[in-house]
Amino acid sequence: MPDDLTRADAATLLAAMEAGETTAVAVAEAHLARIRATDGALGAFLRTLDDTALAHAADVDRRRAAGETVGALAGVPVALKDILCTRGVATTCGSRMLEDYHPPYDATVVERLAAADAVVLGKTNMDEFAMGSSTENSAFGVTRNPFDLDRVPGGSSGGSAAAVGGRHAPLGIGTDTGGSIRQPAAFCGIVGVKPTYGLVSRFGLVAFGSSLDQVGPMARSVADAAALYEAIAGHDPRDATSIPEDPPPARPALDRGVEGLRIGVVSSFLDGEGVEPGVRARCAEAVERLAALGADVVEVALPHADKALPAYYLIAPSEASSNLSRFDGVRYGLRVDGPTTEEMMAATRAEGFGPEVKRRIMIGTYALSAGYFDAYYLQAQKVRTLVQEDFAAAYASCDALVSPATPSTAFGIGEKVDDPLAMYLNDVFAVPSNLAGTPAMSLPVGGDEAGLPVGLQVMAPHLGEPVMFQVAAALEASLGLDLAPDALDDAAEERA
Amino acid sequence: MSLSDEQVRHVARLARIALTDEEVAGLASQLSDILAYAEQVGEVAAGDVVPTSHPYPLANVARADAPGPSLGQDEALANAPAVEDGRFRVPRIVGEEA
Amino acid sequence: MSSAYEAVIGLEVHVELGTRTKMFCGCPTDFGGEPNTKTCAVCTGQPGSLPVPNAAAIEAAISLGLALACEVAPRSQFHRKNYFYPDMPKNYQISQYDVPICADGHLDVAVDGTSRRIGITRVHMEEDTGKSLHVGGTGRIAGADHSLIDYNRAGIPLLEIVSEPDVRGPEEARAYLAELRGIVRALGISDAKLEEGSMRCDANVSVRRRGDEAFGTRVEVKNMNSLRSLQRAVAHEIERQGALLDAGEAVTQETRHWDEDAGRTSTLRAKEEVFDYRYFPDPDLVPVTPERADVERLAAALPELPAQMRARLTGGLGLSDEAAVTLVDAGLVVVLDDAVAAGAEPAAAAKWLANEVLSWCREADVDPAGVPLAGDALAELVDLVARGTLSTKLAREVLVGVLEGEGRPGEVAKARGLEQVSDEGELVTLVDEAIAADPAAAEKVRGGNDKAIGALVGAVMKASRGQANPQRVNELLRERLTS
Repeated sequence: MPDDLTRADAATLLAAMEAGETTAVAVAEAHLARIRATDGALGAFLRTLDDTALAHAADVDRRRAAGETVGALAGVPVALKDILCTRGVATTCGSRMLEDYHPPYDATVVERLAAADAVVLGKTNMDEFAMGSSTENSAFGVTRNPFDLDRVPGGSSGGSAAAVGGRHAPLGIGTDTGGSIRQPAAFCGIVGVKPTYGLVSRFGLVAFGSSLDQVGPMARSVADAAALYEAIAGHDPRDATSIPEDPPPARPALDRGVEGLRIGVVSSFLDGEGVEPGVRARCAEAVERLAALGADVVEVALPHADKALPAYYLIAPSEASSNLSRFDGVRYGLRVDGPTTEEMMAATRAEGFGPEVKRRIMIGTYALSAGYFDAYYLQAQKVRTLVQEDFAAAYASCDALVSPATPSTAFGIGEKVDDPLAMYLNDVFAVPSNLAGTPAMSLPVGGDEAGLPVGLQVMAPHLGEPVMFQVAAALEASLGLDLAPDALDDAAEERA
Repeated sequence: MSLSDEQVRHVARLARIALTDEEVAGLASQLSDILAYAEQVGEVAAGDVVPTSHPYPLANVARADAPGPSLGQDEALANAPAVEDGRFRVPRIVGEEA
Repeated sequence: MSSAYEAVIGLEVHVELGTRTKMFCGCPTDFGGEPNTKTCAVCTGQPGSLPVPNAAAIEAAISLGLALACEVAPRSQFHRKNYFYPDMPKNYQISQYDVPICADGHLDVAVDGTSRRIGITRVHMEEDTGKSLHVGGTGRIAGADHSLIDYNRAGIPLLEIVSEPDVRGPEEARAYLAELRGIVRALGISDAKLEEGSMRCDANVSVRRRGDEAFGTRVEVKNMNSLRSLQRAVAHEIERQGALLDAGEAVTQETRHWDEDAGRTSTLRAKEEVFDYRYFPDPDLVPVTPERADVERLAAALPELPAQMRARLTGGLGLSDEAAVTLVDAGLVVVLDDAVAAGAEPAAAAKWLANEVLSWCREADVDPAGVPLAGDALAELVDLVARGTLSTKLAREVLVGVLEGEGRPGEVAKARGLEQVSDEGELVTLVDEAIAADPAAAEKVRGGNDKAIGALVGAVMKASRGQANPQRVNELLRERLTS
């Protein structure tokens, strides 16, 4: 148990609290202090909820001391992406449109975190309405990468990734529509998981691409991510796309090892043109390590994978264009007045939405519009079917697939923000799993020449969380990486 | 696909977003680039393929016709930019309903 | 309009379902209450909210489809219909597009005894919008200063029924709507009141030269709030279009508003804006794939529909077509059936229902379907008249008493002292008194002037406050006068 409580992972903190070695209040205070000291430089949080966090922590301590039941994550701090509705607490989605929006209800995930007695420290920064891969599209300022404050943390869940990577919290909640958990996890040297579509309720998740969005855990260890996944997953009658069956448990799979598992390497990804040498090297080494651990490693092809990103950039904006129609200045959020309702709506949306959001709404509106629907939206959904079939074929001969999580490590702030297409390419390896609805996660497998984190993506079929966590855990144990918990301190020092 | 300024304006009308002339020109160029990229989906021969709109196969999810909790009037109006007589107030509406 | 033209009419009807809760959330659907008190995160379109369909609404849709002889789709999907309007909480309406829950049915409609089959294109589910109040000006949108929105109604389940353009005239349009309304009410899925908006009808009207196959330009007509209104509006629109064509002008494709007071339609939308709704399958709602067993259960549970009721009334019970139509439309068949079961002669019971009962309901503003008259009470009344205990005239008074809750017919008759006098002794006394009081009339009758007896009968009836049995009085007078 380290002296600095922010160096401990969730499992360690839980054990220590249960053993009476520390308290939930001490844990919360340590993390809140670190946020006060370093978040000015990092920019992970949009707001911290000190009072409610400490009150909750105190209550957890009281109940534990009294021998009452406490939740599975009792007293563990969590950073919550500001896209999940928290009742009475501002939920902005990184947008001016919702700058003062206070939801009248809690998201199901928020209720589950409360039931698990996780202590929510605050709401984290994100690309506006989850559209982006760098958290540079937030209306409220950038978030920086804890490894190098001049670089992006990735996006759209950049705030949660930076918070976890920067030791502001051992656990974070993000959302992944086209890689938005896995890519920032890879950039910030942490574990990030996108569960099977439908395993985690979307009720209270402000919608971006409804058939793609999933809420998922971010953590500094596979075991912590597994525990958080189990706490938030489960059927929700308020979400009609929620899978009725019990979610497959992840923790029992953690120490099974990979002996005999068939693991497919998506070679077109690993050997892809845009992949940086450092990324390729760490990922290839990780694959060799899996083979050395006893996995049966083969090459697989996903023939339509190169069409996945184009399809995604028709489907996601189409759904988003409809999901974001509700932001019109009538019932909540920003209003820019006008002489007529029509003008008021148009002016409100012009001012409330940032440039990337507008681009995607426009693309989506166009792709759904009369005369273009068949060639764009419909065709993209057909490609989606083909991508699903590619995965099904691959999973017929493999238990899990691996690839780099991203083509590159964290790039510089400002480097790609004016080139939408270059930005989109960040997610080229992540997006196929979103289209297919299959689970995928990123875990750190080392650093590139500059010491920037590299993430390996592990993918599995629908409800394949157990084997996915199994592979990730085995690799993590074998690698024995120190996830550079001093990254932020070093980076901040360098700056100073 | 190259978008003209007029097409951009049409889409902006459909999407209820007011754009300046500058923005229209800028978007025409950016959207054309993005669409050119996205149009690659058209290179796939997919005539008989059934489109996927739901990635996980579920069907017949419904709820019983039983009451659930409603918001009080104050809660429902709490975030409203303008309220009058317990209702959401908007400027005069020009178009008739569809 | 000259008979060179033929009208081609299609009808779009919306029915508000009487489920307890809304289409996609558990908010109540009951009428009234303060604005914005029957809403939740879902039906106000709060960010992050999600719809979950109402199982009872789906069943109502299937039942209506079955009653209209439709095919029930093995796989049906909800779609989003995207457009901006402040009474729409999400600025898209959850509806159905190319895979509606039911399709390809028909409805047989009779006008003046001739039945025609009108095709039903589809029945689909969707959600209602909120209500806007336009402030300043006349209360309509044009000229308003600002508007106020109440979302209590947003999300209430609607069924939309679209007919093929098979309707050929105003009477047929009215008959179609009346029949559809009767079916919806018989199914118990909605109270289907045009005046209150729980049933709404838009008409698509075009006109073409007889013999032409191509359709003329179609005009949509809205704002018809009663059966009569629909008939008048359609008739007017056919005239208007015919006149334009006769003058060599073209009919503009547009939406027009029916003005009941002025008796004409006027342009609602200045230019025909083609709305691009950008329909796509709602990703938040998974397909509806009704189990065969459930469809069969719903089919078996269909109640007797108006057409079947009418057939039974005219066939089995021997009523006239007119009586059958009146009783079925009014919702009085249950009372009739109960009365017949209690022994009433069908035609007699039907006559009472179609006349006195129905007019009482109208005056008392009571829905005939909920009339406070038990079938066996009606049977008792019919029997009292048949036995001569009550004259028809007095029976009417007794009926009112029964309807107003005074009790059973026999009790009411006694309590009000309306029972017919049948005691011979009493009658003889009254007859003798009348003869004695009008010797002139008595002389005339004795002299062979049969008509003069009327005055004497009248006198006896008056003296008995109408409670003497007129037939017996007549007989007694003749006896006494000729003896």
